Amino acid sequence: MALLQFDGIGISAMAAAVPHTVINNYEYTHYFPADQVKEVVDKVGVFQRRFADEKTCSSDLCFAAAEKLFADNQTDRSEIDVLIFVSQTPDYRMPATSILLQERLKLPQSTLAFDMNLGCSAYLYGLSTVYALMQQHGLRKALLLDGETRSKVYSPKDRRTAFIFGDAGSATLIERNERFGKSYFSLNSDGSREDLIKIEAGGYRKPSSAETIKEKVVDEYGNIRSEEQGYMKGGDVFNFVIREIPSDIQHILSYSGADKDQLDYIVFHQANTFINTYLAKKLKLDATKIPSTIEKYGNTSSVSVPLTIVSELQHQLQEDKTILLSAFGVGMTWASAVIRFNQCKVSDIVEV
Amino acid sequence: MENKFLTDLKEVFEIEDREIFMDDQFREYPEWGSLAYLSVIAMLDEIYDFQIEEADFKKLRTVRDLYNAATQQ
Repeated sequence: MALLQFDGIGISAMAAAVPHTVINNYEYTHYFPADQVKEVVDKVGVFQRRFADEKTCSSDLCFAAAEKLFADNQTDRSEIDVLIFVSQTPDYRMPATSILLQERLKLPQSTLAFDMNLGCSAYLYGLSTVYALMQQHGLRKALLLDGETRSKVYSPKDRRTAFIFGDAGSATLIERNERFGKSYFSLNSDGSREDLIKIEAGGYRKPSSAETIKEKVVDEYGNIRSEEQGYMKGGDVFNFVIREIPSDIQHILSYSGADKDQLDYIVFHQANTFINTYLAKKLKLDATKIPSTIEKYGNTSSVSVPLTIVSELQHQLQEDKTILLSAFGVGMTWASAVIRFNQCKVSDIVEV
Repeated sequence: MENKFLTDLKEVFEIEDREIFMDDQFREYPEWGSLAYLSVIAMLDEIYDFQIEEADFKKLRTVRDLYNAATQQ
């Protein structure tokens, strides 16, 4: 069982960046009638989101977040020994985007850097990987960059995905210090559900061709996309959530020895309002402890957890706080964590 | 039991202007659609602690099919 615990490792600073272009979902009616759009938007609860322009990549959003974090904390760049970039929208198929960011951020060549390719649960996978590395006393500080431009992944003509996703980037600084106390992670995977959320073509199993970039009608509802655009079986994803997420949250609570009433906040992956309302009700959680950014930033995939912390808990993490994190997504993979914040400096959100 | 199920289902579909019956083909309701589907499976889980995969759900046609599945009859 992938249950992990760490002592004396934690997050000392966070920052996030979003594109300046705001999409108002009720007015996103180029391809569907306004009444249909309203029905979907009311259900998923995404009223606005941010779209990167064609020149802006996940790495640019992360770069802006990291520069803000360095400036606000007077971080000595020569002390960054680890850089992990988490994304499924990298700059290139090779080289790894983390290596490009090492150079752009002027980090030393002695920095250990690599990419992690995972979906919406990836912040927790990335954070636990950094925590594991940081048990090495030779490492001083680690930078976890998590960015996504999901607006470039999905077809605006497929109503099952057209109104949900947005773009953002984040930067998280991790250090060793006794003040952070203990933290706990549960990490899971289920490849039997690989077809719930997927981009069929453009990898090496089904390489790009003239055929794969053609738009096609894909179902009886007239939704249109190419094989190089993502699809999502929303009903099956919700079934997966019902089956796996409440029990994983119970699991991490019992593993960490925390009672749900002892949690200061619960930060869910911002999948959509319908799912998060369901989870809160099912687990009988106090809704006032569950910050939400789904209405203004949409589902930013793996960035939604750090973005929600930066946006909604900016001034709450100076004092000792215990927070439960939970996220799930493409793979499928899902993860939950109970971590403590103490004297964490959170920057204002940057617009790029 | 059946009456309560009908009441719960009406609420899920947000049907206010008429009664619904056990032999109705729920897929023919004007309120039926992919969004209503999510609400139905949420209701089945919350009230009846019943989970169903999409492939199995597709075989269910009438309100009675739903009821029998949820109550394991």
